[in-house]
Amino acid sequence: MPQLDVSTFPSQVFWLVVTFAVLYVLMARLAIPRIEAAVEGRRVRIEGDLDRAGRMKSEAEAVIAAYEKALADARHQAQLTMKETTDRLNAAAAERQKAAAAAIAERTAAAEARIAAAKRAAMADLRTIAVDVARSAAARLVGTEVDEARAGAAVDAVLKGHA
Amino acid sequence: MAVEQATEHGASPLHQFVIERLVPLHIGHVDISFTNSSLFMTIAVVAITGFIMFSMSGAQLVPTRWQSVAELFYEFIANMVRDNVGSAGRQYFPFIFSLFMFVLFGNLIGMIPFTFTYTSHIIVTFAMAFFIFVAVTLIAIKRHGFHFFTYFAPKGLPVPLLILLIPIEIISYCIRPMTLSIRLFANMMAGHTMLVIFAGFVFALGIFGVLPLAFDVFFILLELLVAVLQAYVFTILTCIYLHDAIHLH
Repeated sequence: MPQLDVSTFPSQVFWLVVTFAVLYVLMARLAIPRIEAAVEGRRVRIEGDLDRAGRMKSEAEAVIAAYEKALADARHQAQLTMKETTDRLNAAAAERQKAAAAAIAERTAAAEARIAAAKRAAMADLRTIAVDVARSAAARLVGTEVDEARAGAAVDAVLKGHA
Repeated sequence: MAVEQATEHGASPLHQFVIERLVPLHIGHVDISFTNSSLFMTIAVVAITGFIMFSMSGAQLVPTRWQSVAELFYEFIANMVRDNVGSAGRQYFPFIFSLFMFVLFGNLIGMIPFTFTYTSHIIVTFAMAFFIFVAVTLIAIKRHGFHFFTYFAPKGLPVPLLILLIPIEIISYCIRPMTLSIRLFANMMAGHTMLVIFAGFVFALGIFGVLPLAFDVFFILLELLVAVLQAYVFTILTCIYLHDAIHLH
């Protein structure tokens, strides 16, 4: 069995040490740093990309939040404006209604006063006419001139009874 | 005569393991000739370095096919070291990586007909295993000092059991370079010998030679698996020994 030929041992061990030492140095100094750089570079790149994506996502979310806030603000503002306008218009309408009602009431009062005055005037005329009618009727029927004062009293008494 | 001739032409299943001096070299009386074994060690080193440097030349963010293969080896060993040794094993990563590549390429190049498999020689695997054993023990002693020897005495055991267990622990620890080296060497040697034995039957059996030929075709697939698996086993055991040295159980 050639494996047990002791005379070859020193040469095999010697060249094993030499070649393995060379391999170790080549791997440690040359090959591994190169692979490491590639793998590490990729890892850093991927992490950076993920990082940036996360940052962009949060930025987008902030923008969306700001947009939604602006929208809500605008909606709120619009509601305020609408309410204010409605209130103002309502107030104006109420004012005008009040004014109109006041004017109407004033005119009603004036008309009523006029009517009352006319009524009073009519009533006053009625007495004079009644007195006249009563005197002339008495003169025609009885043939006596009735004194104006007595006729007036009689008319007053009748009017009072009617009133 | 016939036997000699057969041996000369490589018909003997063991002929493939013969060390041939290519460039005779001596230091004093020690023979350190450059042999076929040395040649294939050199070829492996050149192949590993060439493969990685070629694959990683112009490395890109999205790896090319070659680049992803080189990165696969890297990630594979990096994960193995991380899972089995922990973060303290980081500094030993270049060694573990070189070890895996050296054994793997030694095994795989040896699968090519007419090549030499340096991992099929016990002295090579033993030298590696012994170096690992000594290094691991030194790392353990450096890290834990005298406390390292508690490794052989598991905690919480009654004294009678300890008397039995300590020698077993010490033996199983010291036998590590043997088991580690013999596992790799025996696997490689047995497989290669089997392949050549059955290849010898191909011509001897005439038309029925297709049977051993078919067997060899199947067996070479198995041997490829063994080549990769044994490199993996050798490396992961090194990781586990390193883990023991750093964490003491």
